[in-house]
Amino acid sequence: MDHIAIVGVAQTGYEAKIRNKTNYDLVYEVTKGVLDDAGLSLADIDNIVTVSNDFMDGRTISSMAVGEAAGGHDKNISTVEGDGTFGAFYGAMRVLGGFNTTLVVAHSKGSEGSLKHITNAMFDPVYHRLIGIEAISASAIQANSYMDRFGLSEESFAMVSVKNHQNGFNNPYAHMPLNLTVEDVMKSARIADPLKLLDCSPVSDGAAAIIIANEEYSRRAKTRPVWIKGIAHCVEEYFLGDRDLAVAKSLRQASRKAYEMAGISRPVDSIDVVELYDAFSYMEPLWLEGLGFCEEGRGPGMLKDGITLMSGKLPVNPSGGVLSSHALLVAGLARIIEATLQLRGEAGSRQIPEAKTALAHGINGPCGQSHCVWVLSSEQ
Amino acid sequence: MPGSVAIVGVGQTDHRSHRPDVNGREMIYEAVQRALLDCELSINHIDAIIIGNMDHFESINYVDTWSVEGSGAIMKPIMKVSTGGTTGASVAIAAYYHVASGLFDRVLAIGWEKNSESDTTGAIITCSDPVWDRFSYSGAIPSLATEASAYMNQYGVTQEDAARVTVRDRGNAVNNPHAHLRKPVSIHEVLASPMLAYPIKLLDICPRSDGAAAVIFASDGIAQRITPRPAWIKACSVRHTYTWFGDVDYKQGLVSLQRASAEAYLRAGIKSPADELDVAELYLPYSYAGLKWIEDLGFCARGEGAGFVEDGHTDIAGKIPVNPSGGVLSANCIGATALLRVGEAALQVMGKAGPRQIPDVKQALATGFGGCFWSDVLILGSGRP
Amino acid sequence: MVSTELGYDQLLSIAFSVPMPYEWSVGVYGSLFFHEIMNHNRFLGVRCPDCNKVYMPPRRLCGPCFKELDELVVLPNEGTIEAFSIVNYPFVDPNTGEQRPIPYTYGYIRIDGADTIFSHIINETDTRLIQVGMKVKAVFREKELMQGNVQDIKHFEIVNP
Repeated sequence: MDHIAIVGVAQTGYEAKIRNKTNYDLVYEVTKGVLDDAGLSLADIDNIVTVSNDFMDGRTISSMAVGEAAGGHDKNISTVEGDGTFGAFYGAMRVLGGFNTTLVVAHSKGSEGSLKHITNAMFDPVYHRLIGIEAISASAIQANSYMDRFGLSEESFAMVSVKNHQNGFNNPYAHMPLNLTVEDVMKSARIADPLKLLDCSPVSDGAAAIIIANEEYSRRAKTRPVWIKGIAHCVEEYFLGDRDLAVAKSLRQASRKAYEMAGISRPVDSIDVVELYDAFSYMEPLWLEGLGFCEEGRGPGMLKDGITLMSGKLPVNPSGGVLSSHALLVAGLARIIEATLQLRGEAGSRQIPEAKTALAHGINGPCGQSHCVWVLSSEQ
Repeated sequence: MPGSVAIVGVGQTDHRSHRPDVNGREMIYEAVQRALLDCELSINHIDAIIIGNMDHFESINYVDTWSVEGSGAIMKPIMKVSTGGTTGASVAIAAYYHVASGLFDRVLAIGWEKNSESDTTGAIITCSDPVWDRFSYSGAIPSLATEASAYMNQYGVTQEDAARVTVRDRGNAVNNPHAHLRKPVSIHEVLASPMLAYPIKLLDICPRSDGAAAVIFASDGIAQRITPRPAWIKACSVRHTYTWFGDVDYKQGLVSLQRASAEAYLRAGIKSPADELDVAELYLPYSYAGLKWIEDLGFCARGEGAGFVEDGHTDIAGKIPVNPSGGVLSANCIGATALLRVGEAALQVMGKAGPRQIPDVKQALATGFGGCFWSDVLILGSGRP
Repeated sequence: MVSTELGYDQLLSIAFSVPMPYEWSVGVYGSLFFHEIMNHNRFLGVRCPDCNKVYMPPRRLCGPCFKELDELVVLPNEGTIEAFSIVNYPFVDPNTGEQRPIPYTYGYIRIDGADTIFSHIINETDTRLIQVGMKVKAVFREKELMQGNVQDIKHFEIVNP
């Protein structure tokens, strides 16, 4: 793979409802922000990938609403519908395939639609949709199946929520930093057993953008480039009943491939910091297993042993993760941005000292059916 | 330097107004199987998949993860690319970059739609801005009708001129076993068909179809081993110029197509498109586009589209045959429609277009149209770039 | 053995017609536009200082110049028909879930002093009485019925045909 790098990042603050701004406003602000961050002008950008979802925006061709705000008036442009990590993946391929610079921008305003309806529409119209299943109830089934398989406790998931909401205080962009105890999480409203309110991420409004550049343009940008070492994604079966929900099979495949590209054989030793897609507390340990950081069923143990704390050997979600801010689609791009800031040494009070290699992760579809893994490095 | 990329296999369903015999996934599977069969690959050979459609036509969110049984994506990478009417071309271009990046060697592009599953106009209306346009907007037809009325006004073009485009495309569709509408029509029938939105009549506009298309892309070195005559991608260019319908100035022509095609011609080294291209598969959703947009593509000068068509230059035996497949006026499964243009252009270059084959095609053009008067352009050729 | 053969008329489908609710932000510039209508029965546009184009309704950016705009201009209630279409085919209006009454005239109107087109309804459905280039005027809703949306303009009517 040629040398390509992330040379600019920008994100809005994440909030429950950004009432004074449209999607167009949010996209414009991060587009301007990412150009400023990189020290590049729009003329330096030769192509754009926007990320949006027609159901989120309540609009067919949702990309149409933001093309101009993304600077796409007279440029080669395309749109990925899915998590921002997938949009960024396409952006990276476009640089490898001949463009100099891709600007990738994602937006969503969860406050404008009905997430229950929107995520219900992920499920099969013939067999599942009419039952009313949506993201939370499906995830509850996954959490239950994961607990049952490996004898895990609800408290072990609650600890993830405590850690990530606490980390959120160090992130000026976070929507919901909270000071919690395990007991607070356990006593919060039971939303869909075994998930309680504080096991679930909030729904946020927000936008984020990155610029991916080839070697030449990475020198023109004013930032310290963060090199893309390994990228891969993979999907598994669709019907929940066809899947083993207690094991992240497609994540295992995607991460293996990304590690192979990056020349990593022991991820737990090679990676300094992880930003993963913890839409629900149980997802963090389950994805850590899928990422090969520990054996199956051992994910919760990593937090119990202090490994994934800010002070641990492998800090996970120092930003507060998705549990602290969840603008759909944007959240995966935010993981890449957080990983990038760590490797630039610009993560402020959430900085992990001397982070050289970072992993960012995003998901698509119900219960992490599809995963995208990024391995980034401060060294070329 | 990105590697060269070629199309090696094409598959499509037999497009119909309504396919109650299959669900969406099963329909996608039909096209994928035909594409694999076309180039004698198995799904195990495919490294990555891109799929596209327009969400609200079937009301399925996350079509990438929903589709996996039919698209063959299980335990592979799949991503969804969606840009409105241009989706099929955007999917093809995404497949090109998947291979050109060097990350994947054999990539499957899928476009599909089951337009029978919703009220097509009702779904299209939701592309208009909910604050500004949705109250008065009534879908693609009046939007195109306004373009047509402005064009007629500007150049004195008649309804009869436009009818010739329908007559040509519907006549060509007789040679395409996959087309949805395969009955030829006369100028008189077009003119006598019911007025939908002046000046567009029923036979001026594309049908809505159920169907899917699948196209397989491969890298240099591998493509030649799969098929003796791959269709190489020489250029792909995109302009999604506008965000607001109110910004489109019809008097300037289709600006996005002018710019995208100019960039594509430059990359492919084409100076005189009507002379150097051997065939064009154009996303013409309505007859008037077949006059106006060939001007924007530089086939003839501004205002001369009607004469160019009337003189037979775009006929099968003409200077630059347009839509030997019967085009969009003969089949329109929206998410597949632009990918069908790319697939049909590839079949022409590969010499596998059967009864609709134009002899000795060395260079072919495919376009996509959609969104807010957006254009995607691809140029395919028999020689490796 | 049960056969996979099935008659066409035996094929099933499942109807799904649940509406998905949304609440869309109008944004600062759009809100200003609707307040101007509610307070003064008149339109606002915004001028780009670089290319001098006047956008109506006003918006935050000039796309081609990629420049942020803030020079609001008051515009008259009159404009010219740039293009129109009399819609004759039935379809389900996603705004209401009902069939939209037809025929109706969808119009592209260039408000005097604006460079972009505003789309709305024109209350003339007779092809013999409407032409590109005709002057039209906005007819607003009664003040007490205004809600701050595009239907605060009832329609446009042709002026002195």
